[in-house]
Amino acid sequence: MTVDTQRTALEHVVSTDMVATHAAEHVRNPGMPLDLSMFEGHAVNRSAAERRASTLSARRSVKKVYQAAWLVNAVRMIDLTTLSGDDTEGKVQRLCAKARQPIAPYIMDGLGLSDMDLTVGAVCVYPTMVPHAVKALKGTSIPVASVATGFPAGLIPLNLRLEEIKYAVGEGAGEIDIVINREMALKQEWNQLYDEIAAMREACGEAHLKAILATGELETLRNVYAASMVAMQAGADFIKTSTGKEGVNATLPVSLTMVRALRDYGDATGYQIGFKPAGGIKAAKEAIAWQVLMKEEMGREWLEPHLFRFGASSMLGDIERQLEHHVTGRYASSSRHAMS
Amino acid sequence: MTTIQEILNTMDYGTAPEDSKIVREWLSKHESGFGHFINGAFTKVGETFDVQNPATGDVIARVSQGSASDVDDAVKAARAAQPKWAGLSGHERAKYLYALARHVQQHSRFLAVLESIDNGKPIRESRDGDIPLVARHFYHHAGWAELAEDEFPGAEAVGVCGQVIPWNFPLLMLAWKVAPALAAGNTVVLKPAEYTPLTALAFAQIAAECGLPKGVLNIVTGDGETGAAVVGHENIDKVAFTGSTDVGRIIRQQTAGSGKSLTLELGGKSPFIVFADADLDAAVEGVVDAIWFNQGQVCCAGSRILVAEAVAAKFEKMLRKRMETIRVGDPLDKNTDIGAIVHPVQRDRIAELVNKGASEGLDLCQGTAPEGCFYPPTLATGVSPASVLWNEEIFGPVVTLTTFRTPKDAIALANNSRYGLAASIWSENVNLCLDIAAKVKAGVVWINCTNVFDAGAGFGGYRESGFGREGGREGMAAYLKQPKLKVKKPEAAPAAPNAVPVDGAEIGMIDRTAKLYIGGKQARPDSGYVYAVNGGKKTVGHAGLGSRKDVRNAVEAAHKAAGWGKATGHNRAQVLYYIAENLSARAKEFTDRLVSFGMNNGAAKAEVETAIRRCFWYAAQADKFDGMVHQTKTNNVSIAMHEPLGVMGVACPNGSPLAAMVSLVMPAIAMGNAVIVVPSQDHPLAATDFYQVLETSDVPAGVVNIITGPRDDLAKTLAQHDDVAGMWYVGTAEGAEMVERESAGNLKQTWTEDGGARDWTSAQGQGKEFLSRATQVKNIWVPYGE
Repeated sequence: MTVDTQRTALEHVVSTDMVATHAAEHVRNPGMPLDLSMFEGHAVNRSAAERRASTLSARRSVKKVYQAAWLVNAVRMIDLTTLSGDDTEGKVQRLCAKARQPIAPYIMDGLGLSDMDLTVGAVCVYPTMVPHAVKALKGTSIPVASVATGFPAGLIPLNLRLEEIKYAVGEGAGEIDIVINREMALKQEWNQLYDEIAAMREACGEAHLKAILATGELETLRNVYAASMVAMQAGADFIKTSTGKEGVNATLPVSLTMVRALRDYGDATGYQIGFKPAGGIKAAKEAIAWQVLMKEEMGREWLEPHLFRFGASSMLGDIERQLEHHVTGRYASSSRHAMS
Repeated sequence: MTTIQEILNTMDYGTAPEDSKIVREWLSKHESGFGHFINGAFTKVGETFDVQNPATGDVIARVSQGSASDVDDAVKAARAAQPKWAGLSGHERAKYLYALARHVQQHSRFLAVLESIDNGKPIRESRDGDIPLVARHFYHHAGWAELAEDEFPGAEAVGVCGQVIPWNFPLLMLAWKVAPALAAGNTVVLKPAEYTPLTALAFAQIAAECGLPKGVLNIVTGDGETGAAVVGHENIDKVAFTGSTDVGRIIRQQTAGSGKSLTLELGGKSPFIVFADADLDAAVEGVVDAIWFNQGQVCCAGSRILVAEAVAAKFEKMLRKRMETIRVGDPLDKNTDIGAIVHPVQRDRIAELVNKGASEGLDLCQGTAPEGCFYPPTLATGVSPASVLWNEEIFGPVVTLTTFRTPKDAIALANNSRYGLAASIWSENVNLCLDIAAKVKAGVVWINCTNVFDAGAGFGGYRESGFGREGGREGMAAYLKQPKLKVKKPEAAPAAPNAVPVDGAEIGMIDRTAKLYIGGKQARPDSGYVYAVNGGKKTVGHAGLGSRKDVRNAVEAAHKAAGWGKATGHNRAQVLYYIAENLSARAKEFTDRLVSFGMNNGAAKAEVETAIRRCFWYAAQADKFDGMVHQTKTNNVSIAMHEPLGVMGVACPNGSPLAAMVSLVMPAIAMGNAVIVVPSQDHPLAATDFYQVLETSDVPAGVVNIITGPRDDLAKTLAQHDDVAGMWYVGTAEGAEMVERESAGNLKQTWTEDGGARDWTSAQGQGKEFLSRATQVKNIWVPYGE
């Protein structure tokens, strides 16, 4: 047998043959006992991670109809977010209206997607806004996500943080974005951190737990890897980079580190963990970059809303403009698109 | 057409083709063929050969086959232009180099697309890698042109440079050669590779666009014969070649004795060493950057993965998984990771070598590749040093994987190669990384990275990967020379040693027997013969008649003295000072010995005094000939370290028997080399007296070995010896030619000179050049950041 005929020997995982898994078949991560050996001493080389992150976007590009499809897919995975001190019921209603119809119907027509019931992945708000969002999203399958646990710093007593989770769940939130205790992570008090997150997971009940690591404050990629692993061991359904309030938001090298952590957790336990970069993601081309990262590192499955979300608000507007340009061939103006 | 709905299901990338319209139009404008670029203009199209796009097999251009007379025209043009070009101020030359850099940037997309069409490399690499580096090299060397006078005082341009470059990085290799040559005031005749001549021709147009004076840059296209005509042209002063080790060897032989300076950047089989504590994800990505970059057609490609047994299974699994997402295909598709192999001949060669490996029973893992001139990413596991895939430079996307047990084992495996171009080291332990970096035989060492290049750092190999550096200060130095010393009276070949008894020798109080000095011991010559040493009037003694077996023994002894190279400069300095001290104590004896050769007392005294001063000067240099830290990438310390060559042969001139020998030996050992010295054939007794000085001066055994006898025969054995890394020869023109020719076997670095060129008792007998010649530069890249 010549080598040339042996080429097929390599099992080639090609996404075309793969039907995307659905949230319905997804088995939640039950967590596991804390296992320090899964992350202590795990090397993450900063310069190598930066190099991989920078070449990833250069290695793959999607053009024309593919680009349109990838942008539409990004919309499906957006956690459309408002987390401001001046949020009101009215503001949340507007956000939810956009969530239900993220892209103007005439653009969807032009894309040949008028039959597609395109919505964003979720709406993300503060706990007191949850009832408004639940009301505004009635009749849709769009989940309401609530930040909780003393977002964004998380520095209130644990019992209050747990109460906050229960409140949001009680108001109808299907997803809870918790913040981890950075003090414990920085002091490497993994036992305590694990216990806190496990308690939060318990408080969530059926609601999915997304653990925000606030990576900008953990600083090193080794810390990021370790905190990711502790969160997953404690039962996180998603790990999320940032609150959007830290000095450094989601970056590709940090995302790469977290994605590799969830891959390693999946290899060890068989459970699929979701990933959510958040904060500072504004441009349509970033929507492509992160999807490329997920596809290259994890495969097609991680381009679905049950395993990947963008925490973003303004990015949707840019995507809508790009999609209109795809349809009309003219550069678009946001004044024609519904604001949130 | 695929609908958005369908794509949403598959989430395929689709294709992202680079528009090549402008380049195709340029090519069709030249449909009738390209001439050479000589003396500032394109020549008429001569006899042509086809240039193909390897991805499609289409003929994209016809290019002239350079004849001997074309080469001659180009050399004449370069020769005529050289004095004026060198006569420009550095600033004037800098302006031209700056313009070249700017114009390369302006035409960067044109050049990238043309490069990908001609060579088959992915547009991502030509666009993000090759062309930006080309511009960077011209910028960097615009700087050297500006500064050369200040930074290299007294140096001058070598003259006309003949440059022959390969097809793997066509325009980048042109830049590496042309930029330093022009910056230093040389003019150039360059022959691009037969497979990939087009970007060189486009660059010629750019040079014309920049108004580069005619004749400064000449480009002659053609095949190997044209290259041989360039290299062999008698009116060329320097040859710079990048390509295969086999051709490099031929060029070494061809240029022997011609007086042309030579730099060779040849093949490699570079180790990629993964320790257990490495970031394995990073290392896997490193393999992709090492061997699945430019289709693996990279001389410094990390083609031998060495991985710690502790993590080998895990690493291999991760690597196999990573191979699944590598895309092989259209070079102009922005989503392509591996493009086309440069030519079907090369593709077949890769397949043949891999088949050989397969027939050895190696386990192969391959990705997929389209039909045509493509080859899939390939991993061969369970590879041992006995395998053909371990030894042969495949020059394709094929990597071997071998496990090691300990760091010592890793180094032994890494160095188990005839080559020494590059090495990658992966570990989070900085102590381990730097330890391995110091021990690996390679001119370029990448720690936790691979295939990182910058004009600010030198690039080039150890061993059979060639000699000379490109880039950085050391690369610039390779295009400059110190004004040549005038040979007033060339050294005449010494008479053959007389190994039979003679009448009436002058005997001292007690007869003395001069032996050879090998491994710290006085040794009788293996031949069992001695030869008569003539003084002014009569025979003054006998010296051992050394032979090839003595050379063999001495080289073995020298290798055992490897600890000398690792000693601190301070340690070595102490020994050199001690040599001076003991020589001084016996100054009268040495003076008398020189007088017995027929020298007058004053001259003899002066020569001994010179020898003592040399010891002091090189003792002083032993801890001061520093390397440097190059300015390259952000968050990267790029260390240029001076390392000894290792074991060196030193053949001394017939004259100044003490001063010349000491002047040659001291710089070599000050830098940490161990030497086998062949002293003055006619007057070897100063050298044999000298071993008594060595014995009393704490010189470790094997650091200096002395073999007396027929100098050129012994030099020949040394030049041929594959375990000798460097050879200095000062003697006759014929001897110099012989040494250069015979050194081709392992491509050892040579330095030859006529015995009459230098006054060894004057300041000419010492200097930094001796130190540069005794060392090679290892560039170590250390990225940082947590």
